[in-house]
Amino acid sequence: MNSSQLFGITTLCYLLSSAFYIGLLIFKNRKIGTIGLILAIIGVIAQTVALGLRWVESYKLGIGHAPLTNMYESLVFFAWCTTLFYIFLEIKFKARVVGAFVMPFTVAAMAYASFAKGINQQISPLIPALQSNWLIAHVLTCFIGYGAFAVAGGLGLMYLLKKSAVNKGMTDGALTGSLPELKIIDDLTHKTIVFGFMWLSAGIITGAVWANEAWGTYWSWDPKETWSIITWFVYASTLHARFTRGWSGSRIAWLAIIGFVSVFFTYFGVNFLLSGLHSYGSS
Amino acid sequence: MTTRKKNPIWTLFTSVKLALFLLFILAATSILGTIVQQNQPAARYVQEYGENMANILQMFDITDMYNSWWFLSLLGIFSLNLIVCSLERIPNVIRIVKKDNLTTKTERLRKMGLRKSLVLSVPLEEGARQVSLFLASKGWKTEQREKDGGVLLFAQKGGWTRFGVYIVHLSILIILLGAVIGSPTFARKILHKPDFAFKGSIMIPESKKTNFIYSFQNGEKIDLGFTVQCNFFTIEYYNNGMPKTYLSKVSVVENGKPVILKNGTTVHDLKVNKPLTYKGITFYQSSYQPYSDFLVLLSNKSTNEKQSLIIPAGKQVRSKMEKVSFGIINQETRGEAVQRIKIWFTDNKATPATFWTNNGQKAIIKRPSGEYEMTVKQLYATGLQVTKDPGVWFVYTGCGMMLFGLFTAFFMSHRKIYAFVHEEDGRHGILFAGSAHKNKVGFEKVFTELIDAFKQHIT
Ligand code: HEM
Repeated sequence: MNSSQLFGITTLCYLLSSAFYIGLLIFKNRKIGTIGLILAIIGVIAQTVALGLRWVESYKLGIGHAPLTNMYESLVFFAWCTTLFYIFLEIKFKARVVGAFVMPFTVAAMAYASFAKGINQQISPLIPALQSNWLIAHVLTCFIGYGAFAVAGGLGLMYLLKKSAVNKGMTDGALTGSLPELKIIDDLTHKTIVFGFMWLSAGIITGAVWANEAWGTYWSWDPKETWSIITWFVYASTLHARFTRGWSGSRIAWLAIIGFVSVFFTYFGVNFLLSGLHSYGSS
Repeated sequence: MTTRKKNPIWTLFTSVKLALFLLFILAATSILGTIVQQNQPAARYVQEYGENMANILQMFDITDMYNSWWFLSLLGIFSLNLIVCSLERIPNVIRIVKKDNLTTKTERLRKMGLRKSLVLSVPLEEGARQVSLFLASKGWKTEQREKDGGVLLFAQKGGWTRFGVYIVHLSILIILLGAVIGSPTFARKILHKPDFAFKGSIMIPESKKTNFIYSFQNGEKIDLGFTVQCNFFTIEYYNNGMPKTYLSKVSVVENGKPVILKNGTTVHDLKVNKPLTYKGITFYQSSYQPYSDFLVLLSNKSTNEKQSLIIPAGKQVRSKMEKVSFGIINQETRGEAVQRIKIWFTDNKATPATFWTNNGQKAIIKRPSGEYEMTVKQLYATGLQVTKDPGVWFVYTGCGMMLFGLFTAFFMSHRKIYAFVHEEDGRHGILFAGSAHKNKVGFEKVFTELIDAFKQHIT
């Protein structure tokens, strides 16, 4: 078996897992949720093996490097981080139904990586600029952050849904009845953002160190860098609003969503809409 | 404090509302510079946005907005806000950390979120001693005082973590300071010392050297204070034709002698991601240029005479070695890169030799006058970016501090444990109470486990 087949299996697991989590949301049957979790775990294990295999395969091709070097690999890694983070969150905080809001993101990332036009799935050699250990540190830290922010965005969405249901006086019978308490979602959102912020900061820093090693400039305000700092500002504001002005609830939920939109734009939008140094991500 | 507080400007800068506003404005304006391409020639803007709009963009420096007066002012105000806001709060944090917690009213313990009462079967002093010893064994060093008819014990951990936030804020300032120190504009316009911090570039053909570079900012020459030589440049390719390595072999020369570099030799293999730093100046592999000339290394094996020279193609050249002449009479190229070269060589002793050799490959020529070794390669110039940034260590220190500070602020907390050993309704008892300024759930676990362990301990 090779890594692409395993990635296929991963995608399938994530897809089914999403379906079961959505099933849990609708039918509120705990067993359905357990199946969703098990599928997510199987998927993440398959994906871990696949990532390892792809790494090994690159060495067999004589161009060995960690599988973190182009759009395809980063999307796959994003899905991996998000799922792993989500599984951790579910097990630690027992917030099962959140999967319905998170796993679809990972399916989207995997599917986009596999099927979108212009995404090159080949293991390709590294151009000189990318031959650096800082690249690995940079991608690793950024994507752990992005994974957490994806989960935070999902939680924000969930909060707003639940809130609107509560406001309309819907009872437990309704679709949103199976969602956790508002207070719990709010707390999880916050914790997730804090975690992501730490990693995003590390991601920006490792990127700056790498840029300085490769080009002699740690910060050049290229669009990708600028968007990453914009994202950082958004989350810094969110944290300050909460800590010092006592914001919580819907406002933080909205900020979690806005933050993720900003992450998404940093990751994708910049490649497609703006031009800059980070062109490696576009193929 | 009270007089300062009345100053409305000070008050403005103490506010987190201003911080939120500034963060928002910084984020919003930063977007502008990612939409409007930066630092393009003026004509580009006219072409793209029309005359009027282009004028407006120029007027507000939006074409170079991250260096514009208004963006830098925003960063300045942001820094001021950060400084004032932190200064305003730090005294209070010091007060909290230094506070004598034994003055805490014992009634307050009964209202704390984390509480646990135990019955004690020994005298009060003995109980206090046991609590103190037990807590010490778990790493909680206690202090104690007699009050309210009992003994109050107190221990705390992580008081310093309350400064985590300020470590983060200070780190931002240090990073900004580093950016200023390393800024070529600052060096030129404020310090009037362009060689204090600069960014520039230089093209050095193989076998040539330079002791200056050209500044990016204004194209002026900047002296390096030493000489750099490019001995050799090559590009390696992957099988699929993608470039694998751009390599320049460079040396530093001072007082006419090559300097021993950090790697212990006189030659540094300069590659992308493998810069060379010497006396605070860093050289980066950034570009290259092929020429139509050739670099020739010739040596006579019998006399050990050596010569290196640069020659054009199609021209007969006389060597300094006796009677030796040679020339390049043909070449095969792929794109701009020469693959094979046809050489004509004579020592005027027999018919001249002509032969093909690969670019850069050593060829042995056996002649009546002796054996010669000849390497001919297409001449390249290596393009180096050259940077002197004395601020970068501030930036890196700031970055390290930021991560440390964030970790402290987010994941560590100031935890306190009180134990009040006292008499109540004719019985001896201990009231444990605890608090943490963050991660209360985590501390609740620690607290409960600690008390449970103590219960085990005394029974
Ligand atoms: C204009 C700039 C800023 C001002 C005036 C400001 C002010 C403050 C204040 C007043 C607090 C609360 C301290 C307390 O608990 O009493 C705080 C907390 C914090 N600030 Fe800032 N801040 C600024 C910028 C930033 C930025 C850009 C960051 C980015 C990392 C940051 C990171 C933090 C963190 C991590 C906390 C900790 C929250 C907590 O755990 O209590 N600050 N800031």
